[in-house]
Amino acid sequence: MGRFHRHADGTEHSHDGPDNTDPSTGDHEHGHEGHEHGREGHEHTGDHSGYATGTERVAVLERIFGENDKTAAANRASLAANGVRAVNLMSSPGAGKTTLLRETLARLKGEARIGIVEGDIETSLDADRLAGFGASVALVNTGNGFGGECHLDAPMVGSALPRLPLADLDLVLIENVGNLVCPAEFDVGEDARAMVYAITEGEEKPLKYPVMFRSCQLVVVNKIDLLPHLDFDMDGFLGNLRAVNPGATVIQASARTGEGVDAWCDWLRAQLAVPR
Amino acid sequence: MHELSLCGSIADIVSRHAEGRTVTVIHVQVGQLRQVVPDTLAFCWEMVSADTALDGSVIEVETVPARMRCRKCGHSDEVGDLPVFACHDCGGIDAEIIAGEEFMVTSLDLAAEPAGETGT
Ligand SMILES: Nc1nc2c(ncn2[C@@H]2O[C@H](COP(=O)(O)OP(=O)(O)OP(=O)(O)O)[C@@H](O)[C@H]2O)c(=O)[nH]1
Ligand SMILES: [Mg+2]
Ligand SMILES: [Zn+2]
Repeated sequence: MGRFHRHADGTEHSHDGPDNTDPSTGDHEHGHEGHEHGREGHEHTGDHSGYATGTERVAVLERIFGENDKTAAANRASLAANGVRAVNLMSSPGAGKTTLLRETLARLKGEARIGIVEGDIETSLDADRLAGFGASVALVNTGNGFGGECHLDAPMVGSALPRLPLADLDLVLIENVGNLVCPAEFDVGEDARAMVYAITEGEEKPLKYPVMFRSCQLVVVNKIDLLPHLDFDMDGFLGNLRAVNPGATVIQASARTGEGVDAWCDWLRAQLAVPR
Repeated sequence: MHELSLCGSIADIVSRHAEGRTVTVIHVQVGQLRQVVPDTLAFCWEMVSADTALDGSVIEVETVPARMRCRKCGHSDEVGDLPVFACHDCGGIDAEIIAGEEFMVTSLDLAAEPAGETGT
């Protein structure tokens, strides 16, 4: 198959080989199962403007998330071996994850044994807010290293899990880094994904961050105590959410007043009850 | 900026396949549903590859449009520019993604060996 690539920057160039490009659009079928790469095993390509001529092409076909996903599978296996369920909780910064977790620990104390993995860029502030409820908290500081991380990945969670008494737990709640983009890309070994969305964020967020909103089974619509003070269009938001993730469960809540938090706890109970 | 950590993974993959040979171009396939910004990826690659054996190599991104198939009526279609995942034909809400989630290193271009003949 000819490879006529259309690059993201709009430039196009052809590699040698027959060309099956639709001349009217420059489009072509590409990248699905059955995509032929056989010829690339050992191939001499011509004109690769700017680079040495007579180059050799080596087929690779390796998924870039492969290493992360391997570690995620290991995390999942060690959670399962201990009979623990894990929920990955994501949101934009300040949507109310830590506040909701506090309320959750207060309600489920004595009922479910909970461990927390707390992803925080520089501080232990959120972890400190979760102390005193009898839950074990493992902090993952993502601020070390080059520029800091904007998400938790499977190795980070994998390094935190041994610091939790997994054998004595029922549920691990993972508070991801506040960010609507990157956390959605990284499987950390969770059984389910939930999102906290705050009504202060604007109704169009699902359309702007569809990957995040699609990746979750549950969306907690938080801060509804502020409804009287905002001109938030709940139906508009729910319509946008339905467009990108028609199957998501929605719970309207206020982590501040406690409204809806019981429904969230019921959802967590249901996760614990799902047969493996 | 998760492109930075992704470049670390790319470097591992490329080094393993290059086996010490000089890499000029790294071809990466990025599905439309992957939140990877090609320019940011290229920029981060410059940083990550600088002063390593991969210094001077560039990433070329091939974007794969998102496609979905309706589980109700079987219609398959490009998702298009708007992130609406209801069936374009019957309006069904249970569609599976059949393309657009790719993120892989597909191939590498290696520099010609100094002794080797050159083509055009
Ligand atoms: N009015 C109102 N404020 C809330 C509610 N939930 C959280 N907040 C406030 O929102 C702010 C951020 O809440 P956090 O719980 O720290 O949010 P977070 O998602 O953990 O934030 P990061 O971890 O920094 O991303 C705090 O001032 C909370 O008191 C709510 O339901 N209503
Ligand atoms: Mg927090
Ligand atoms: Zn349909």
